[in-house]
Amino acid sequence: MTKTNKQSNLNLRAVLAATAAATVLAGCATSGNPKDPIEGYNRAMFSFNETVDKAVIKPVAQGYNYVTPQPVQTGVSNFFGNLADIWTSVNNLLQGKPGDALSDAGRVLVNSTVGILGIFDVATPMGLEKHEEDFGQTLGRWGVGDGAYVVLPILGPRTVRDTVGFAADFYVDPVRDHDNIGRRNAAIALRAIDTRADLLKAEDALEAAALDKYAYVRDAYLQHRRSAIYDGNPPRQADDAALPSLPADSLTSTEPVESTWNLLLVGQSDMLDVKALETPEPADAAAPAAE
Amino acid sequence: MFKRCVQFLMIAFTASAFAQATAVKAPDVLVKDVTEEVLTTLRTDPAIKSGDVVKTAELVESRVLPHFNFTRMTALALGKEWRATTPEQKKLLTDEFRTLLVRTYSNALTSYKSQTIDYKPFKMGAADTDVTVRTQINQPNGRPIPLDYALEKQENGWKVYDVMVAGVSLVTNYRETFAAEIRSGGVDGLVKALRAKNASTAPVPAPSAAAAK
Repeated sequence: MTKTNKQSNLNLRAVLAATAAATVLAGCATSGNPKDPIEGYNRAMFSFNETVDKAVIKPVAQGYNYVTPQPVQTGVSNFFGNLADIWTSVNNLLQGKPGDALSDAGRVLVNSTVGILGIFDVATPMGLEKHEEDFGQTLGRWGVGDGAYVVLPILGPRTVRDTVGFAADFYVDPVRDHDNIGRRNAAIALRAIDTRADLLKAEDALEAAALDKYAYVRDAYLQHRRSAIYDGNPPRQADDAALPSLPADSLTSTEPVESTWNLLLVGQSDMLDVKALETPEPADAAAPAAE
Repeated sequence: MFKRCVQFLMIAFTASAFAQATAVKAPDVLVKDVTEEVLTTLRTDPAIKSGDVVKTAELVESRVLPHFNFTRMTALALGKEWRATTPEQKKLLTDEFRTLLVRTYSNALTSYKSQTIDYKPFKMGAADTDVTVRTQINQPNGRPIPLDYALEKQENGWKVYDVMVAGVSLVTNYRETFAAEIRSGGVDGLVKALRAKNASTAPVPAPSAAAAK
């Protein structure tokens, strides 16, 4: 009993420390990744989120995983997935993919009826593939760049664009729209826990893989979003062309939506070199002349 | 007439089967064969089923690794930094990165035993030397995960040089981290960091294989 108290005390203290650190570090200088200009704040918020997750969210998800039989969990995931398909369909339409939009609408129709309020996903075996689209991806399709990487409290990694997208997603969320406040909150919590439980396995692989967990999650998020905007077929990143072993044709590959910051970096360092070359030379030339 | 046609077809099939056996395995066939073989072992081997990480790593080492090009992977992970490294550094980096990827892959395999794999339709031109084979992991619970392999053709067959999980390259995802390590501690600093990471994730019953190397 005392041990549990001590642990929760420690957790509470860690949460407070992380919050304090987040406040202090906000806006601090960073390692200079142009995609992550507020890295100091982000790192602090990341560790705050990790602490909250370890203390509260993960244990609840593990408990949920333990007490809920597999078919029930699948039913819960399907139920919320069916509601999400409505917004996916709208976003596919906004992205100029009427075929996918129609297929998603068909999924909702079939799963809501034959699939009993979405609990069973009967549409996938019928050949109506599930898509994942949100407003952040739609903005990306429209040519809106990532913006800075930002770690939101509890919600985790986003970019500025995806934060705007998330606000829109949240605004039209059918779960949030539910009249009964108690039932609404319960549904939001259940959805969150179910989502977290799905990620329990992936977490171990992440721990094994990452040298720097913060950077690994950040870069994976950015890559994943980039891939999602292109529906799994992103153009190869131009900076791969820097490698001599690649065939020559990849040198011409370009990236229409996002500028690769690595190229920006190369450009910047080139400019710096030019300056370094230009300024001292007249000084050197002037010095012997003065003698 | 009909009989002769059948005979002809049978001979043709046999000949083509021989030709296939001697020719290089097509990239999609290679991915499928290796995946199925590994999954079968995962599901049937009693030691691996009970969560033996060392055994799993051995399986990956013997069945999967021969089809990977780790030098290319390490070069890809380092990006433009790769060219500024010495041959010795290249070797050290490749060895450590290889260990890291093997651990990650083995770990993922042991936690996803009940998965099934779908192989997406694959087509390539006869002259292609760089292709992507797309697969999908179906979990009993949760969404399917896209798992793609990038392969390049070499004299001794097709070699995987990148693995993408849900659009995230397991290789280039390290680029920023590696660049940051090199900025702060040089290439040797990166080697040291990789070594420390690998030491911390070493399988619990220390394998004697490490000493033998």
